[in-house]
Amino acid sequence: MSTQTSPTRALPAGRPLPGVLGTGLRRTWIEMLAFLRERDAVVFILAYPLIMMAIFATVFGQEEQGSAAGSVPYAQYFLPGMVATGVMLTSFQNLAISIAVERDDGTLKRLRATPLPATSYFLGKIGQVLLVTTVQTAALLLLATTAFDVPMPTTAAAWTTFAWVFVLGTATGSVLGVAFSSVPRSGKSVSAVVAPIVLVLQFISGVFFAFFALPSWMQQIASVFPLKWLAQGMRSVFLPPEAAALETGGSWQHGATAAVLVAWLVVGLVVGVRTFRWRRRDDG
Amino acid sequence: MSRDTTPPRAGTGTPAIEVRGLTKRYVQRGGVVKQAVDGLDLTVERGEIFAVLGPNGAGKTTTVEILEGFRKRDGGEIQVLGEDPALAGRAWRSRIGVVLQDSRDQAELTVRELVHHFATFYPAPRDPEEVIAAVGLLEKASTRARQLSGGQRRRLDVALGIMGDPELLFLDEPTTGFDPQARRSFWDLVLALREGGTTILLTTHYLDEAAHLADRAAVVRDGKVVALGAPADLGGPGALRPVVRWVSDGVARAERTDHPTALVTSLAATLAGPDGEVPGLRVLQPSLEDVYLELIGAAPVAPSGSPSGSAPSAAAPPGAPHDAPTSAVLSAPVAEEASR
Repeated sequence: MSTQTSPTRALPAGRPLPGVLGTGLRRTWIEMLAFLRERDAVVFILAYPLIMMAIFATVFGQEEQGSAAGSVPYAQYFLPGMVATGVMLTSFQNLAISIAVERDDGTLKRLRATPLPATSYFLGKIGQVLLVTTVQTAALLLLATTAFDVPMPTTAAAWTTFAWVFVLGTATGSVLGVAFSSVPRSGKSVSAVVAPIVLVLQFISGVFFAFFALPSWMQQIASVFPLKWLAQGMRSVFLPPEAAALETGGSWQHGATAAVLVAWLVVGLVVGVRTFRWRRRDDG
Repeated sequence: MSRDTTPPRAGTGTPAIEVRGLTKRYVQRGGVVKQAVDGLDLTVERGEIFAVLGPNGAGKTTTVEILEGFRKRDGGEIQVLGEDPALAGRAWRSRIGVVLQDSRDQAELTVRELVHHFATFYPAPRDPEEVIAAVGLLEKASTRARQLSGGQRRRLDVALGIMGDPELLFLDEPTTGFDPQARRSFWDLVLALREGGTTILLTTHYLDEAAHLADRAAVVRDGKVVALGAPADLGGPGALRPVVRWVSDGVARAERTDHPTALVTSLAATLAGPDGEVPGLRVLQPSLEDVYLELIGAAPVAPSGSPSGSAPSAAAPPGAPHDAPTSAVLSAPVAEEASR
């Protein structure tokens, strides 16, 4: 303990606060560390689509997915659904659960007590989601091509479609995840609230079953939610052009896909900004 | 913990905290309004350790969270480091440190990862490794927060709270649930911080903690400050007036008096038995806890200045050990924290 007289200490006011972007990147790093150490998260968010792809493509590998309008190999039809599922899990489910838990256990309150900018906190979350979805999707594509001979798109147009559907889907899912994190009453109930919603959406949105084979009332319900459009957008990338005939509208409907995803993005932003809390509900 | 640049920050003009007439209401379920803070005044000077004492529900945490900028107030004037916490921004946050009550967050990260990460939030952080050493967690630096003991976890909380080298540190009930040894070493840590010039606002349930650490203490009850001063002087000069206790007709009696000898003489004249003794006679000095319990209305020592023998003592049955009021602190029926 040295208390000898020395020149005035450097006043904090004399030094600039750390930058928002740099702090956001450091948040990304710490978010990744925390994510990778949560075994539940790694299995049910990162690995889940890979596991499902491996199981379903192995079991139904010899079958075709199709109707009178034509057909494609099972694994090739299944892949876009798994890519879409991965995007939804890593953006929506991951953020809805992790933010609800962080609100419940006091992480958010502790961060709020520091000069960490709110923007940097969210940049950290976005960075973590982007890293995980990128790794997850790359692994899915690799698994599909190597183990199940799913052909990859060859045209620049297809990859362009992939890029905007992927980015828009991730953004929409993330924003909705932030907004949804305020719904569960506590961090303990959040998994129980989020998981069934995600599971039901997977079943009605053409992820596990071919969308064209579902009853029309189920198709109509699914069309309200983003996952159906995300999966359809991914099918337009990974299925041959003729497979558009299998879609309910007879085409890929890129305009409708963009419109629905953007609409949910806006809804999520508005609700998220209005409802986001740094503290628990029972904490004043 | 050594810092090269440590002129005590005391006496640099304005107080660290100045609160005038703070009020805060909560509307509870059913429309019942609870006045959590009711015209509270407080001044914390720079460089001191200031303790806020009071039972659960007295308004301690509400007050502190308003000072930290977490809650909005309904009325009153507040200056914390010269700014209004409700309006203050990042620069102000970089000058305060907050150690919250609850700590079970970020359990999968190690001590070193957390401390180094939090350092990046501040414009002029302390050296992370120095802070880890200062809070005594060097051997646990690679341990995940989840695996720390309660005392170690609180030390981590303090490390994160002081990373920005704050001028003012809030400690909210920092040693609840500690074993005696952990409390002692935690207290040493807090005193070392004060030596370094940090102003500390401490809330606590424990009088011995306030007595050991605080330069001054305020006792809060029903959202108001009911006593203020050095811990030993709480309750004013009258608080430590002796209490004479005796038993008359099988009922315990007590009276506070500046003239215990005269009272005992008169009791001896009227109540002494055949052996010349007054039953149950004791002359006591109230302990700090007696004074505190009286202040918060949990267990009055004795109504001051009441006519002799007119008020049965609330605390001691005949023959009870003289420290009964102290042990009563453990079982005193204090109000539960109001649910909000």
